[in-house]
Amino acid sequence: MSSIAINGGANRTAAFYESVVGKKAIMAATGFVLCGFVLGHMAGNMQVYQGPEKLNHYAELLQGLGGGLWAIRGVLLLCAGLHVMTAFQLWRLKNDARPQPYVKKATIATTYAARTMIWSGPIIGAFLIYHILHFTTGGTHPDFKAGDVYRNVVVGFRNPGASVFYIIANILLAIHLYHGVWSMFQSLGVNHPQYTPKLKLLAKGYAWVVGLGNCSIPLAVLTGVVGASVK
Amino acid sequence: MKIILNIWRQRNAKSAGKMARYEVADASEHMSFLEMLDVLNEELTRKGEDPVTFEHDCREGICGCCGFMIDGVPHGPQRGTTVCQLHMRHYKNGDELWLEPFRAKAFPVLKDLMVDRSAFDRVIASGGFISVNTGSAPDGNALPVVKKCSDMAMDAAACIGCGACVASCPNASASLFVSAKISHLGLLPQGQAERDRRAMRMVMKMTEEGFGYCTNAGECEAVCPKGIKIENIARMHRDYLKSAFTYREESQAGGAG
Ligand code: HEM
Ligand code: SF4
Ligand code: FES
Repeated sequence: MSSIAINGGANRTAAFYESVVGKKAIMAATGFVLCGFVLGHMAGNMQVYQGPEKLNHYAELLQGLGGGLWAIRGVLLLCAGLHVMTAFQLWRLKNDARPQPYVKKATIATTYAARTMIWSGPIIGAFLIYHILHFTTGGTHPDFKAGDVYRNVVVGFRNPGASVFYIIANILLAIHLYHGVWSMFQSLGVNHPQYTPKLKLLAKGYAWVVGLGNCSIPLAVLTGVVGASVK
Repeated sequence: MKIILNIWRQRNAKSAGKMARYEVADASEHMSFLEMLDVLNEELTRKGEDPVTFEHDCREGICGCCGFMIDGVPHGPQRGTTVCQLHMRHYKNGDELWLEPFRAKAFPVLKDLMVDRSAFDRVIASGGFISVNTGSAPDGNALPVVKKCSDMAMDAAACIGCGACVASCPNASASLFVSAKISHLGLLPQGQAERDRRAMRMVMKMTEEGFGYCTNAGECEAVCPKGIKIENIARMHRDYLKSAFTYREESQAGGAG
């Protein structure tokens, strides 16, 4: 029999996390939750096109969740934390696994998105921190008025620097998800000739919808399509 | 035709290697790639130089011995082909090629283009087997096998253990190889008894041997000479997750154990 013992009890969780498959499963499951949030967040924000009342009412609705809002935030924070931690540990493993690089190495199947996950990821992470300071707490906002979300968004995006950063970060997010959304199914063990081509299409569609939706808001503000009423 | 070769020369496992440039003056288009290297080696031997070491055995694309990088691709440019089955007709006069060994921490270079792939054997020994009683041969067809499972198992069993998947992987992951073995045994009735433990042990062992993790890049599937699909990797993840979540202690009840 093999020298590797299969552990029970407390060791089990540790052993699961220790293995590369376990880490990938955690990464995929947390990525799945984050993807759900990203889509919902984008869809909700589309209300910016329906005017200040609509968007501010939506914001009030979310604030009205009270404890529920904090529970959701807690889950998202936990997922983001686990996702980043596993990403970092797996990336270190990658460097360990091939200490001597090739003199010449060709890439014949890996997409640009798949190759840049470890770059798109941390940039998105930095963006998320900035984004929360910008529109949630107001720390990096020039003129933040709690409750008036519509006005905060318009004033925030009138700064071209901020808008450009948003657009770049969201293009990277779309690229991350272009690979990530089908990859998470594969990591969780879902692959079938019947469904996998469709899942890849879904990933592309998802990335385009989220990317275009999110980028449209700063663009709409910069071009004056949104926010004409705000002085 | 004339072929220019840049070949990784490394004296032994401990020394540092470097690229060296050679010319094969008249390679024939009928030669296989390895025969072209044989010609180079004869010339090097005549000149009293050390011939280039590369691994080979069957030269029929079935044993899994051969394999190195040609211009950054394991087994070279022809899809679904081992390097021993690659022929010089795919090249033209004056082509310049770069030959390197497979690179991974788990595959240390022994000499020139030859690497030590015994990490694969240790992964197999950790769980890539089934237990059968010896004795008289069982009746043929006594054990019903679902046709699609037998097809998938046979497709997975085509893996020759060459290591090209590891070599091409951006993370030096052995997932394609390990998942081919897990699928080959796990899809058949004879493989069910150890199915849980097999996934657990082989996944743990491949991590322990220093292979990387899978990012679903798909590079392995593109270079595999036997057309092994990454669908197998999803099956390995499924088996692993299932056994991780459903593990239970062996029962001692009723004196069993
Ligand atoms: C809104 C935020 C994010 C979402 C929705 C998201 C989503 C995903 C998804 C679905 C996957 C695929 C999981 C898998 O195949 O197992 C993934 C992988 C990955 N993510 Fe994220 N992610 C986000 C943020 C980040 C951040 C902040 C990092 C920073 C370190 C990061 C780094 C990675 C890496 C390195 C991978 C692995 C790629 C691979 O194995 O191919 N992600 N992400
Ligand atoms: S999966 Fe393909 S590339 Fe990998 S060892 Fe088996 S035959 Fe070689
Ligand atoms: S020498 Fe046997 S597969 Fe190439």
